[in-house]
Order: sequence, then structure tokens, then C-alpha cells
Amino acid sequence: MKRGSIAIVGAAESTDMGLIKNLSQTGIHCDAALNALKDAGLKPSDIDGVACAGEYPVNLAFQLGITPKWLDGTYSGGCSFMLHVRHAAAAIEAGLCSTVLITHGESGKSRIGYYMGQNLAPTGTIGQFEMPYAPFSPANLFTIPVLRYMKEYGLTHEQLATVSVIQREWASRNPRATFKDPITVDDVLNSRMIAYPFRLLQCCLVTDGGGALILTKADRAKDFPTKPVYILGTGESCETPLISQMEDFTTSKAFRVSGKLAFESAGIKHADVDHLMAYDAFAHLPIYALEDLGFVPRGEAGAFISDRHTAPGGKLPVNTNGGGLSYMHSGMYGMYALQESVRQMRGVAPAQVPDARISVCHGVGGFFGASGTIVMGNERPD
Amino acid sequence: MSAARSKPVPTPETQHFWDGTREHKLLLQQCSSCSHTYFPPRPFCPKCAGRDVKVIPSSGRAKLYSYVIGQRPAPGFEPPYSIAVVELEEGPRMMSNIVDCPQTPEALVLDMPLEVTWNKLDDEITLPQFRPAGKGVQP
Repeated sequence: MKRGSIAIVGAAESTDMGLIKNLSQTGIHCDAALNALKDAGLKPSDIDGVACAGEYPVNLAFQLGITPKWLDGTYSGGCSFMLHVRHAAAAIEAGLCSTVLITHGESGKSRIGYYMGQNLAPTGTIGQFEMPYAPFSPANLFTIPVLRYMKEYGLTHEQLATVSVIQREWASRNPRATFKDPITVDDVLNSRMIAYPFRLLQCCLVTDGGGALILTKADRAKDFPTKPVYILGTGESCETPLISQMEDFTTSKAFRVSGKLAFESAGIKHADVDHLMAYDAFAHLPIYALEDLGFVPRGEAGAFISDRHTAPGGKLPVNTNGGGLSYMHSGMYGMYALQESVRQMRGVAPAQVPDARISVCHGVGGFFGASGTIVMGNERPD
Repeated sequence: MSAARSKPVPTPETQHFWDGTREHKLLLQQCSSCSHTYFPPRPFCPKCAGRDVKVIPSSGRAKLYSYVIGQRPAPGFEPPYSIAVVELEEGPRMMSNIVDCPQTPEALVLDMPLEVTWNKLDDEITLPQFRPAGKGVQP
């Protein structure tokens, strides 16, 4: 894909967020889709490509009355939407379709029509070799690598707690955030233990919600009502659905591969990045992302965060919506990270980073299982 | 009767592994072409894709690679319970639980030596778990 040749021209979250009792998961997909269509000034008949995860693209198209020329049902957990953006950009560039709708909806808390795309049957690899040892939950599994990281690099419990404290500072600036009251390191370290060493305030929220994006050729982008956001670079990869089989518990291979692809295709250096979304289902994830994307040397992300470089006023604002730890987290959070990057590039985020021109949006799927990275810009490169 | 933990259902690719654990043997696989030793089971080498692979026994000795201590009740799990990844002497890692010791950060120290122990769920399935080395009677 040529950098900047594809733009995001529609972006919206679901009408409600947090607790949604009046819609099923499919309904949340459609609600978010209608909001994004309105944002772009489009009708369903203007859409000729659909992508979604946690829903069958066939049903999504049927529900909305779309006759697509291109479908993508790639499911890679919470980063599915980063992969959809990447695939959609390639498909539009190749001429397979012109205008793609990517949706997400998740009844993560209310569980109305809830569906997850992963094989957890007792005959599956996870079912045979992990589930007998661990009640299947992100808090029990995504968290396992961090003690190894702490031993290897000397990351302290206080530093890990600081991740939550700083994200709450960002959330306090966001009226739509679930939790907005300031917290301290002591608050985090005194909150209820969930899976040692992770305490409640180091684990993501559980909410309902959704979001949708509309992509088309940058040549057309000026015809839309909102400020276009350009796709500068993309990356994707995966490692393993079994956290126990991750090659090295101190670094994610999927992060490294995806991040490198995104930076190289965007032709940017780390110093060019004004804003970073680092998918944070748990407090250790931004630490891994900062290192695996190459923003800081190995073992230094804990200090980088506690030195307030990612905090409001810092040199690299991270997770400016409050993140999965404080904003919202319906299970597959990647769509909300993308929405915040779009808001930052449009210049309309509640906690707007002044003069932000380039945003990196980095997602994870499963438990360090997969990854997708999107680089966005607010100007079309020459 | 309290609800039980999730129980594996073997497939043709994994049947030998669960047959092995029933006889208190921890079985790995090794590639005849590139000598790579691997887990979980599959009838080809994940490193070189060779189909000529053999089943080899593990010593059952391992080190504690990383873990969490679950605090929330779940079917078949009484908190606190360790959820651990162990590194076998032969190289592969596997998920398991560390048993026969306090489920505390003080008792569960990374890189501590472990040995396999067996948890019979029923006549079909016996789970390999691990305990601090030297706890059991030496063979």
C-alpha cells in the first residue's frame, strides 16, 4: 500500500457504552455502523466492502442491507480491527472495492447474543493443554509472563502500578470514561488481588460497547464532512494462541514483527510519533508495547512510564482515552484504540494532544497471540 | 459433587500423550530430521515441518518459568491456586499447576527446580502437575 493512499472518512463508537441492555451484540455492531455512516454522510448502499469480528460479515451485511464485493471476517482477538484496516486498505488499493465498513460490537458485560471466535472446545489445543490448569480468563492467562519480565529487568510492583495511575489521569480528562476519579500507587497496590501479582486496578474493565470505521481512497477523502485521517503504514503478525508457548515471556514476537512492518511502511522514525495507543487489557501491556515497538530500550519502559513520559504533558502521550484500564473494555478493545487515534488525528479528542500529526495504534489479540499496528496521520504525505 | 475443572478430550494427534500420562509417563516428541524436541503434540515438526517424528519420554524435571496465583473461585479450583508455565529439562515449556507447596509468592520462586506429579481426574485423563523437586520418593 502506498503511504497515505487510503483514508478513514467515517469513525464512531456505539451510542451507549458501559452497560447496554437494549441491544444484542449484533445490534451494537449495527448501532456503531449507523453512527459511522452518519459521521461520513453515507448510506449503506454506498458501502461495498465489510469487515467485522465477533459477528459474521454475512450477517452484518444482511442486517444493514449491504451487498458487498469484498468481505473480511478475520478474527485475531482484540487486534482484529487493526488487521481489518490493513486488509481493507490493500483491497481498496487493489480495486476490489471502494468503500469499506469495519464494525465492532460486543456485549462483553451484559452477554446478550455474546459470541467469541476462538476454539475453546476440550478437543482443541487450548482445551487440552491450558484450560485444565487455568480457569479460562484473561486475568488468569494474559498476566502469566510478567513475573518473568520483573525478574529479568527489575520492574517493580510500584512501577507496574504507575501504569494504572497515569492512565487514570488521562481518563479524568475524558467525559465518556467509565472511571475518572484519580488514583494513587497505594490505591492500586491495596486494591483486591485478582491473580498475583495483578490487582483489580491493574486489570481492564468489563463493559459493553462498539465502534465502526469507514475507509476509502484518499483521493475521495476531501468529499466527506469530517477531516480525513490517512493510513500511513500498517503491520500484522501472530505468535501462538497458547500463552504457555510464547517464545520469550519478556517480549512479544507478534508485537515486534507487526510494529516493524508498520514503521517501515509508514517511513517514520520513533521521534516522528506524537501519540501512541498501546492496547492495555492489563497494566503490563504498555510496557511490552513501548519496548517491542522500539520506543524505549529493553527493560526501560517501567522507568519511562514512572518518569511521566507517557502522562499528560509528557513527550509521548499514551492511551489518552484512559485505555482499557479506565475508559472501557468490552473484550476486544482494538476498535476503541483506533477510534481514539482517529479523534487525535482529527483534533477532536477530549484530551487532545496539541499539534499531534502522527499517531501509532498498536493492538494485541488473544494473550500476546496476535498483533496489528496502524500508523495514522492528519496530512496526506506527498 | 462440586463442579470439576475443564477436562481434555484427546484427538488422534494427542492420544499418545494422554495414554502416557495415565501410565505416569510425560511424553514429548522429537524430530528425526532436525532433532528439535517439542510440545504440544502434533505429527510433524513445528521447526522444519518434517513428518518423521518420534515420541520420547521427558525426565519430568523442570524449572518454574513464570506464574500467577489465581484468587477467584472457579469450577475445580479452590483459591489461591498457581497457574504456572514450567520449562522442562528437555527444553519445551508447558502450562501446569505447582502443587504440594504453599500457593504464595514466597514459596513459588522463579527458576526453582520442580518434578512432575500426577493428578488422576478419571480413568481416561491424568494431568501432569509439578511440585518442588525432592518432595517425592526417588525411584
